[in-house]
Parts: sequence; structure tokens; C-alpha cells
Amino acid sequence: MEKTVVVTNATGLHARPAALFVETARKYRSDIRVEANGKRADGKSLLNLLVLGVTAGQDIRIIAEGPDEEEALGALVRLIESRFGEAAAREGGSDQ
Amino acid sequence: MTAIHQTEWTGLPAAPGTAIGTGIWLRSSPAPAVEEIPVNDEDVQRELSRLGQAIERVRLRIRDMRRQTAARLGESEAAIFDAHLAFLDDPAYVGEMKRRIPFEKKNAEWICRQLTDETAAMLEQLPDEYLRARSHDVRSVGDQLIEELAGRTRDAVRWPEEAVVIAEDLAPSELMQLPREVVALALLRGSRIGHAAILARAMGIPMVVGLGEEFRQVRDGQVLIVDGQSGLVRVDPDGETAARARERIQNLNRQRQQALTRVHEPARTEDGVAIRVLANMGNPSEIQTALSRGAEGVGLFRTEFLYLERSNWPAEEEQFRVYREMVEAFRDRPVVIRTLDIGGDKLLPYEDREPEDNPFLGLRGIRFCLARPDIFKAQLRAMLRAGAFGDLRILLPMVIDAKEVAEVKGIIYQCREELRNEGTDVPDRIPIGVMVETPAAAILAGELAKEADFLSIGTNDLTQYTLAVDRNNARIAHLFDHAHPAVLRLIQHTCEAAAKSGVPVSICGELAADPEMTGLLLKYGVRTLSMNPEAIPLVKEAVRRTRIHSTG
Repeated sequence: MEKTVVVTNATGLHARPAALFVETARKYRSDIRVEANGKRADGKSLLNLLVLGVTAGQDIRIIAEGPDEEEALGALVRLIESRFGEAAAREGGSDQ
Repeated sequence: MTAIHQTEWTGLPAAPGTAIGTGIWLRSSPAPAVEEIPVNDEDVQRELSRLGQAIERVRLRIRDMRRQTAARLGESEAAIFDAHLAFLDDPAYVGEMKRRIPFEKKNAEWICRQLTDETAAMLEQLPDEYLRARSHDVRSVGDQLIEELAGRTRDAVRWPEEAVVIAEDLAPSELMQLPREVVALALLRGSRIGHAAILARAMGIPMVVGLGEEFRQVRDGQVLIVDGQSGLVRVDPDGETAARARERIQNLNRQRQQALTRVHEPARTEDGVAIRVLANMGNPSEIQTALSRGAEGVGLFRTEFLYLERSNWPAEEEQFRVYREMVEAFRDRPVVIRTLDIGGDKLLPYEDREPEDNPFLGLRGIRFCLARPDIFKAQLRAMLRAGAFGDLRILLPMVIDAKEVAEVKGIIYQCREELRNEGTDVPDRIPIGVMVETPAAAILAGELAKEADFLSIGTNDLTQYTLAVDRNNARIAHLFDHAHPAVLRLIQHTCEAAAKSGVPVSICGELAADPEMTGLLLKYGVRTLSMNPEAIPLVKEAVRRTRIHSTG
């Protein structure tokens, strides 16, 4: 199963948020893939995810496949929607 | 010039302090050599389990190092090791090793080397500075894995009693593993702003970087004097020079010990003038250090950390929380926050900037902020809001005339109006200061003092711009002298002009941290000094020895 979400935290999938995403994904047995910018990444690989270069405001597609895919997808979507505990991106002035 | 018996070398100062000791090369920095060995089908399993064991041992080692670093230096320094730990679980890194061993039928060391090189090379090609820096982390983890696999340890090194470590470069993990015998670090390459420099400063180990390829001729066993303040390294000094250096270091240590005992007492000159000694800070994680060294506030809070190592501009809310934390930590003491100073050698990966021929003479400091009011206003709004929680003051970098200050004041006025209309509590008055770090600002100090509430002399840039000496260029580092008569004359002029307008002057920058210069600065009329927290104890002592109104 899969879902497309908008990354709205200020820093995008960078540094700490990427690490949190990977940490969450690794709790599940399902395969997790992330698609963005026309590239595909292993959702359990910090390296892969960093290289995707997802910035604030971008869409990403999360694909989970496996025995606990529903829980995994739910947890990852919630993490992104909670903005990883950061503030929203737009207050800081727009990045043209 | 004779290159063979060169005895004096100039690099870039990366961590202050002076030390003398015996040179010893740390040769583990270049990647350990690895042999390519084919393995047959039966041995694949053995290679996989060797790799698995090596991963677990390295994981324990890094966790241990992280714990030690947290206990010794603090959580934010320890977090440097989190990326290392993450790579040990990464499917694209160790996961790929485990896939390749049965596929390529090669020994684990070889596969690890291959993948480490590939991964680091891939990261190095990325446009993002933060990601490029991770290549260093991958190499560090890869080297440790190979070391474990090969069963080699670094304990074979026999450490001299007072060791000066010489290395090409130094990873944070290598630095943390050095024994207590190490008194100083001398690096051929290395960076003055890298993680290793941050750790060396936090540990109080003098460090000089960028000594250059020629420094390779220095051998194990030679005596080295490392001056982490000036960047000077002396090799095999004659007996007299060595004895003098030892005496100076001992004196300094004694003074430091003594200074630490009364660091929380105010600094008054012999003739009773109170001098305010403040801290320069670059991150709220340094609050405890600054307070424990006796800082009476913050004279320079650099805000660049909020903008670096990320992929988008920081939000107003995030900045507000940081500024508020700062002013609350120092209660009724002043916290001077400098507005964003990027440009020069500090660039943001997410900023779309046209390349400049002379970045240090380009769009940096206040010039950038005035060109991007959207970004500037988010920062100013955050500062104004935090101003309601303590004694916050705003400092403007790279100013060259009073027009710029007037323009900023206009923007601040706008921000205040907007915030009030939104129903937010904002103080009526927040002091605005000008950083005097261009010769223009020093020459026009009188005019600036009419527009500003205080002046703060940034001696590092003022020296660089006055002497036209790039402070990141090791080859002319010997010309970088913050006590050069031309610099001192500009400082003196600034103090006199400010005094005429009744505006206070402070000094931030290396000059303020130099106890030998304290007396002179006070005689110029400076009453506030701001410096890296480690320098505060000795400068307070220097203040106590000074008599400002002497008859001579």
C-alpha cells in the first residue's frame, strides 16, 4: 500500500528528520520505499534518504509492503504530518 | 629558502593555548591498505560473520565514545557520533556489503573498502555542504570496520609523556580516542571550523591546522612547540627557546588555575573601574560553559548555526525559541545577538547565490539581509519577541555607513508595528549596535555612534580588511596580526569617537581574548570585553592587574 504526503516541516527530509524517519521505518518488518524528485530510496537507509534531497513543501510517495504495512505506513505518515516536532516552513520567509 | 631544516611553520590557529611536547605521527588517518582476496563458496559464510562481528564491535566502540564525549563535553558534542551509528545499520551501506560478499566472493575488508569509497565519493559530489561533510563520517566508520576486520588496533603506538600529535587530518572519533598524554595537535590539512576543531577547543587542547604538505618532513621524536593562538609551530627549538616555552606554559597553567578560583567575582581594575567581561557564543549548548567561566552576559551571539546544516530558512518561531532560551538563561544580563552574517566563507546550501569573485568583499552580513528583507524580517521579529523575556540587544555586522543603520531601524520599526497589530508583546526599546569590522566603520565611528546605541569592534574581520590579509590563507598567516599598529589606531579612533557621543564601545574577537592586550584596550576607553568563554578567567585577571589612570 502507498500514500502521497507533503513534507511541511522547515528543514525537509534532512539531518534529524531523515534520521527519525529511518528509525521509525526500521521498527517494522515491511519494506519501505520513498519516491521523490523522480528518484526512489530505501526508507530504512539514511544515506538513501539524504541523497533524495527532499525539501519543505515537496510531495513524497511512501510505499510499504509486507506483514505490517498498514501500521508502518500509518506511523510514517503521522511522523511527517507532525512535522517531526518542528515548526512550519513558511513562517521563516519564502525560499524563492 | 632552505626547506630541509625549516624550524618555524605557520598554520591556521584552530584551538587556543600553547604546549610543548614530542612529535608523534598518527598514521591511521590515511585509509588502511586492504588486500583483495577471492573466497570460495564455503568461506562466504565466514566472511559474513566476520563482518557482523566487526560491526558489533565498532558499534560498541562508538557508543562508548559517545557516552564519554557526552560526560566530558556535553550532549551536543556527543551528537556528532549519531551519524556514525546510523551508518552501521544502513541498508545502503552495511546492508549492501552483506549482499556483495556472496555475490562478488571477496573478503570482507575488500568489500568494505569498496563500498566506503563509493559511498563517500557519492556524498562528496552532492551540492549540499551538510551532506558532503557526512562523507567524512562514512570514511571514519569504514576505517574502523576494516581495522576491526584486520584485527589491528592503534594501541601499538607508544605515546611519549607529552605528545604532540601530527596527522594529515583528524576525525572526531580519532580525536576522542587520543590518550591524556596528548598536549597539542598539528595537522597538515584539517579545518578550523570542523568538528575536530570544535572538540579540541572544548577539551582545551591547542591545535594548529593547515600546516601544508611540507610539514611531512617533521619526524617522530622531534620536539614541537605549538601555539594555538597564533598558528605558529616551532620544530626542534634550541635549549633556551624550549626552556623559555616550558616556563611560559607553566606560568600560564598556574595563572589559569588561580584565575579559575575567582572567576565569579567581578573584574575591577586596580584603580577600581568595573569592566564587564562577556562571552562570545555560537550555540545555546554553550550556555553552561559560559556561565561556569564567569561570563557576565553574552557580547556576541552568532546566529549562523540556526541557518547552517539544514535545507531551508529557519522559521521565526524556531528562532524565537532559541533567542528566548538565551535571554532567559542570562536573566537580567545583556545578550547581544548578531543578525545573520552569511557570505564570505559561510554559504547556505539552499540559498540560490550567484558565484562571487571576492566573497569576503561581496554580499555578506547586513548587505545580504538588506537584500532579502523577507529573511531579515523573520529574524528581527523573532528577536523583538524574545526581547520581552530579558535584556536582548541587536548587533549589525559588516556595516560601512550610517545609512545602513537607519535602514535597519526602519525595518525594525515596521516589524514592531506588525507584531503589535497582531497583539504580540514587544518591548518599546531594544538597543541596536553596530559592529565595527570594516575600516570604513572605524573611520566613520563618530557618525555611526549618532545612529547606534553601542559599538562593538570585531577585531578578526577588522584586521583582515585593514591589512588586506585573508585569515584563511595559511601562507600569509604570519601577516595576520590583530595588534598591528594600523588596527590599533583604528580601534583607538573608534573609542575616542564613541566617547565623544557618549556611546559605549565593546570589543569582541580574538584581541579581546588576549590578556596581554587588555591593559591597552582599557586605556583606550573600552569597558566591555567579549570573548570565547575559555579565555574569560585569564582576561579577568589581566583586568585586575591593570591601572587605567596611571601617571606615566
